[in-house]
Amino acid sequence: MPVKDSAPQRSHATPEILAPPLCGSPASVLSVNDLTLETVSEILAQARVLEQEDPLKRAKRLAKRRIALLFYESSTRTRTSFELAAKGLGADTTLVSSLSSSIEKGETLKDTGLTLRALGAEAIILRHPSSGAPWLLERETGLPVLNAGDGMHEHPSQALLDLRTMLAHLRPGVETVTADTLAGVTVTIVGDILHSRVARSNMLLLPKLGAKVILCGPKELLPELAAQAGPGIEIERDFVKAISQSQVVMMLRIQAERLAGLQLDLEEYKASYQLTEERLAAHAPKALVMHPGPIIRGLELTGEVADGPQSLILEQVHHGVAIRMALVARALQKAGA
Amino acid sequence: MSTILIRGGHLIDPAAGVDGLKDIVLKDNRVAEIADAGKSSLGKGKTGAEVQIIEAKGLIVAPGLVDIHVHLREPGQGHKETIATGTAAAAAGGFTSVAAMPNTTPTNDTPEITRWMQAPERGASVRVFPIGAATRAIKGELLNDYAALKAAGVVAVTDDGHPILKDSIMREVLINATRQGLSVIQHAEDTRLTGGCSMNAGPTAFRLGLRGMPPEAEYGLVERDIRLVTELSMNGKGDKSGNHPHLHVAHTSTAQAVAAVRQARRNGLRVTCEVAPHHFLLTEEHVGAYNTNAKMNPPLRSAADRDAMIQGILDGVVDAIATDHAPHASHEKEVEFERAPNGITGLESALGLSLRWLHHEWKLPLGRVLSLLSAQPAALLGLRGRGSLTVGSFADVVIFDPKQEWVFHAKDSKSKSKNTPFDGWTMQGKVHWTISEGRVVFSAGTSA
Repeated sequence: MPVKDSAPQRSHATPEILAPPLCGSPASVLSVNDLTLETVSEILAQARVLEQEDPLKRAKRLAKRRIALLFYESSTRTRTSFELAAKGLGADTTLVSSLSSSIEKGETLKDTGLTLRALGAEAIILRHPSSGAPWLLERETGLPVLNAGDGMHEHPSQALLDLRTMLAHLRPGVETVTADTLAGVTVTIVGDILHSRVARSNMLLLPKLGAKVILCGPKELLPELAAQAGPGIEIERDFVKAISQSQVVMMLRIQAERLAGLQLDLEEYKASYQLTEERLAAHAPKALVMHPGPIIRGLELTGEVADGPQSLILEQVHHGVAIRMALVARALQKAGA
Repeated sequence: MSTILIRGGHLIDPAAGVDGLKDIVLKDNRVAEIADAGKSSLGKGKTGAEVQIIEAKGLIVAPGLVDIHVHLREPGQGHKETIATGTAAAAAGGFTSVAAMPNTTPTNDTPEITRWMQAPERGASVRVFPIGAATRAIKGELLNDYAALKAAGVVAVTDDGHPILKDSIMREVLINATRQGLSVIQHAEDTRLTGGCSMNAGPTAFRLGLRGMPPEAEYGLVERDIRLVTELSMNGKGDKSGNHPHLHVAHTSTAQAVAAVRQARRNGLRVTCEVAPHHFLLTEEHVGAYNTNAKMNPPLRSAADRDAMIQGILDGVVDAIATDHAPHASHEKEVEFERAPNGITGLESALGLSLRWLHHEWKLPLGRVLSLLSAQPAALLGLRGRGSLTVGSFADVVIFDPKQEWVFHAKDSKSKSKNTPFDGWTMQGKVHWTISEGRVVFSAGTSA
């Protein structure tokens, strides 16, 4: 067949992309994209109610209901706060982790999920190293699933607790959020964006409330196309320029377990991106310093910054319990409805 | 002796330049006669009991379709597909010739395996043309014996799925295959750039938190292969027998790879390429919520790449539509996206999608669509007597209603596996009969 000169590109009608149901059950939270501003407001309001409620009364809300925590990756904060949240509402919880279960023997996520359902679990809280695993689990079990971190994809409960932490300082008393609640607020997320599910959830959630998100880091950890993940996201590779215009600076850990052979000069990284007392004092003396943890002192930030007056790191952890109580209560209420 | 008269249909045989109402007589496994409607030697219907008559009024009669890229999974992976079930799916899709990839267990390294695949005991509905492994166990190191493989029936060599990265080995493969008159098919993927990747690199992969295969992993290797072909063809004389190397690029998915093939052809090289229906129809957005039936290799690419596939088909640089039919058992696909195997089935949806989109939507003439699905792929691999319906050629025929819309349901598939992203899609052009070497191997009336 003779080859003709390439005609100028015509545009062709092509099959429409049928938007997949992002989330099968209204009780699940798999991505921050599942959450409307109304839903976020409800969760924030519910978190306050549950936090302030008498613990004995609160423990009757989900008395003896069954919730499974299915953790394929190690976790301190997320696991403990989800567990305390569920128990605080009176639910029975069981923890299945990839070590010490039949997962070690080769059981698939589908079969583990079906087994937990057969044991009476009414919702599953999943942490998994593969992006998208919560969709599989929800589809195969039909149970509400709360995504407690999936691979490099999302960590929606972390973004919600980060939001609650920010609101407490920047918009005290506000829990009904709108598209301009965070107008004028710039949040810089610094470091290993590529491998961070926390970064993805935050960069998708915060602009919905009017915040500007600046991503900052070296090319290896922050590809240019990250700015296309959603509206309201910019890239600024100069750390000082980024933090000097920010009300919130969110530092991230370098995820050594996901670098997949990527070579990184840590001394160079620290020289460019470490948050130190000097940098903070000179360029962002009023900024709120956040970090989803675990922190590596002396790498992405110094111990002095982590323990310093601008640091909200432990406050974030504290907000985690209230947010997760609201998510667990919502999961079982909506599922039961 | 068996005789079939196909009566009153509209024969489109692009290779023979036929496009009109014709009666066709098939005797045993060959085409015996092509005559104007009502004028065959069997007359208007006065036939003996041994003549089967197929009324094809209002239907298109065309050469049986040829798919030069399928995975039939035998030997060794019968839980995904067998030669019997895969060729039954082929027949249902209108295909009468399929070229089977060598990434089986064991790989197709020997004449014994090649003959085993073609043995009558496999129960194939349509003709299977084995493709040999270019190197032992498709490891990219030791070349197989091409002369012996060709004698056993192999029509091309490839390490499909395990691209040959070493320049020196690829050069040897091209030289030795050319000596035997065999085509070299390359799955172009620089696997040094795609470790741990499960979809196309780009904003969608970033958002989904999946590692992405960069387009250069494909076109970089296509360009490398074309450089090698250029070197080996440079004298313009070919090898001792005057053979020129033939490089065929499997399942092209990037705009740059099509551009590289286009340029190679302008330079007079024997470089061809195929495109799969999913690559001219779908984009990375179809991965959706981690749909493992949208996971294949090469992956679904950007909209610009998809448009380049359409353009390449319309302007003729693309030589064939091939399905890359890659069945997997349901339990293998019901896993985390990153862990799911690559591949989707395609034999039963290729014609319906091609007619619906290439012909009806994008106005590629019917003859061109059929040529891409039969005459051109047959010529590309030198399948003699296939891809055209002239007297003496194999009695491989597909008869379909070009206007009939139908909905493809994966559960009704003849394939052992149901891993398709096209479940529930509206197709155009329902296959009514498929005839392979004079035997009716599929008819819409009897097999529901």
